[in-house]
Amino acid sequence: MTLPSRRSALPGFSLTLGITVVWLSLIVLLPLTLLALRPWTLGFAGVWHSVTEPRVLAALRLSFGTAALAAAVNMPLGLLVAWVMVRYRFPLRNLADSLIDMPLALPTAVAGIALTALFAPRGWIGALLLPLGIRVAYSPLGIFVALVFVGLPFMVRTLEPVIMEMPKEAEEAAATLGATRRQTLLRVVLPALTPALLAGFGAAFGRGIGEYGSVIFIAGNMPMVSEIAPLLILIRLEQLNYAGAAALALVMLLASFAVLLSLNVLRARMRSRT
Amino acid sequence: MGAAPRRARAATTLLNVSYDPTRELYRAINPAFIAAWKAKTGGEITINQSHGGSGAQSRAVLEGLQADVVTLALAADIDALAKRGLIAANWQTRLPDNASPYTSTIVFLVRAGNPKGVHDWADLLKPDVGVITPNPKTSGGARWNFLAAVAWAQRQPGANEATVEDYLRRLLHQVPVLDTGARGATNSFVQRELGDALLAWENEAWLARQEFGGGAFEIVYPSVSVLAEPPVSVVDSVAGKKGTRDTATAYLEFLYTKPAQEIIAKAFYRPRDAAVARQYAERYPALPMATIEDFGGWDRAQAKYFSDGGLFDRLFTPGK
Repeated sequence: MTLPSRRSALPGFSLTLGITVVWLSLIVLLPLTLLALRPWTLGFAGVWHSVTEPRVLAALRLSFGTAALAAAVNMPLGLLVAWVMVRYRFPLRNLADSLIDMPLALPTAVAGIALTALFAPRGWIGALLLPLGIRVAYSPLGIFVALVFVGLPFMVRTLEPVIMEMPKEAEEAAATLGATRRQTLLRVVLPALTPALLAGFGAAFGRGIGEYGSVIFIAGNMPMVSEIAPLLILIRLEQLNYAGAAALALVMLLASFAVLLSLNVLRARMRSRT
Repeated sequence: MGAAPRRARAATTLLNVSYDPTRELYRAINPAFIAAWKAKTGGEITINQSHGGSGAQSRAVLEGLQADVVTLALAADIDALAKRGLIAANWQTRLPDNASPYTSTIVFLVRAGNPKGVHDWADLLKPDVGVITPNPKTSGGARWNFLAAVAWAQRQPGANEATVEDYLRRLLHQVPVLDTGARGATNSFVQRELGDALLAWENEAWLARQEFGGGAFEIVYPSVSVLAEPPVSVVDSVAGKKGTRDTATAYLEFLYTKPAQEIIAKAFYRPRDAAVARQYAERYPALPMATIEDFGGWDRAQAKYFSDGGLFDRLFTPGK
C-alpha cells in the first residue's frame, strides 16, 4: 500500500482506511488474538510439550507436506487449464469454466466421500491401481489427491486475469525476433506469470493445510501415518483439552502465516525487479 | 408425575441430545411417550432429537445446547457435564440400573460365510484379516471396542500388562482406517467393503444386517465382550430453567416401562426388563461380559487408556 503523496482523485481516503482497519480487526485480528491467548493456561513448557509430541509433529509434517506438494502439482496443471480457458475458444467452454469452480462450491464432505468411493480398493479407480500396488484411499496419497482437487480452482482463478492481461504481442514479438517456442515459453511467458503462480500456490496451499471435510474421509486417519493436524485439533477438543487444541492451532497459524508472508515478499521482490 | 394438572397446557418441548446409533430407537420411542403422556396428563409435548458423536454431543451441551435430557454412549460423557455443574453429581443413582435403561455389547460383523474364519479376538490377528474400528479418541463406541479387547486379553492364561499391551498393539496393526465415529466405521466396512471384521455395537451390527439384507453379513459373538451401558439423565441446569423437569423425568422413566422396553428390544438394544429380555433371548445370546467397574470406572479407564499420553496414544508412538 502506498500513501497518496498528492490529493487523490477519489475522495475519502481516511474514511475508507478507517473502515478497512476496523473491519480487518473485527473479522481477522480479534478471533486470531483470542486464539493466540488461549493456550497459555498450560504454561510455556506445557504448550511446548503439547506441540512437540511425535504424533503432533508427524501430523504437522503430513498436513504441511501434502498441502505443499498438492499446491506445487497444481501449478503446472492450473497454468495449463487457465491458459486454455483464456486463450482458446472451444465448444462447451462455459461448461468447463463452471466445472473449475465445482471444488469450491461442492460441500467438502461430499467431495471427500466421492473421492473415497472412487479411490477405495473397490472403487472404479482404486480397483485399477490396487494390482499395481498403489493404495490411494486411506493413505497419505489420498490426502494429496483430495488437496489437488480442492486446490485447483485457486490456482486457475488466480492465473486467469493475469494471462488475460498478458499481451499476445509479446509472444509474437519474441517469435519474430527468432525465439523458439521453448524460448518464448521459458523467457517471456513464464517470468511474467511467476508472481501469479506464487500467489496461486499460496492460496491453494493455505486451503490445503486447513482442509478437513474432503480429507477426513479419504485419509485413513492413522496416527503417525495419515492423521492430519486439523483432526488432531478436533481430537483434543473432544477430550475437552481446549488449551491443547488452541496450542496446535496456533502453531499451524504461525507456520502458515510464515509461508504466506514469505511468498508475498518473494512476489513483491519480483515485481520490483521487472 | 401424578401431580401434573389434568388440563391442556401450552405445548412443552423437550430436546433429547443423543449419540449416533440411537436415531432409529428414539424415532420409535418418542411417539409412544407423547401418546402415553397425553393419555396420562392431557398435555401436548414435542420432542426434538439431536444426534452425533457422544463426546461431541456432550461438548455441545457443555457449550450451551439447551438439552432437557442427554442419552449418551457412556457415563464419562455425562460425568463431564456433572463435573461442570450442569447435572447433579448423583445422576447415575437417580434412575434404576446405573441410569441405563438399555444395554448393548460389542460384537464382530463379518462378511457372509465368514471367509476369514473370525470367531474370537485371537482370530483378528491373522495376517490377512483387516479390522475396522473407529478412533477411541473421538468415538464412544470405539472406547467400548477397545475395552472389550482389553477384557479378552486380560482373561488369557498368563496375562499381564505387557501381554495385554502387546495384543492391543498387534490388533491396531490390523486396522487400515480409523474413522471418527461408529457410523463412519460401519460405512467403511459395509459400503467401501474395507476389512474383514467390523468391531461394532451389537445394535449397529444388527441394524447393518437388516439394512443390507440378512445374507450379506454375519454377526459373530466373541468369547468375552463388555457390557456397554449407555446412560441417560435430565440436564438439571436446563430443565430447571425451562421448567421441564417433570416432563423430562417422566420421559426418562418411560424408557423403563414395558412398552418402551419392547421398542428397545426391537431396535436391537438389550432390554433391562426381565420378561422382555426372556422374550428376545434368542436374539441377544448371553456371553461373559466385563463391566466398566472391572476397569475401575470411567475416570480411571479414561485416564489409563484414552487420555493424552494414555495407552492408546502410546501404542502409536514408536520407541516407547
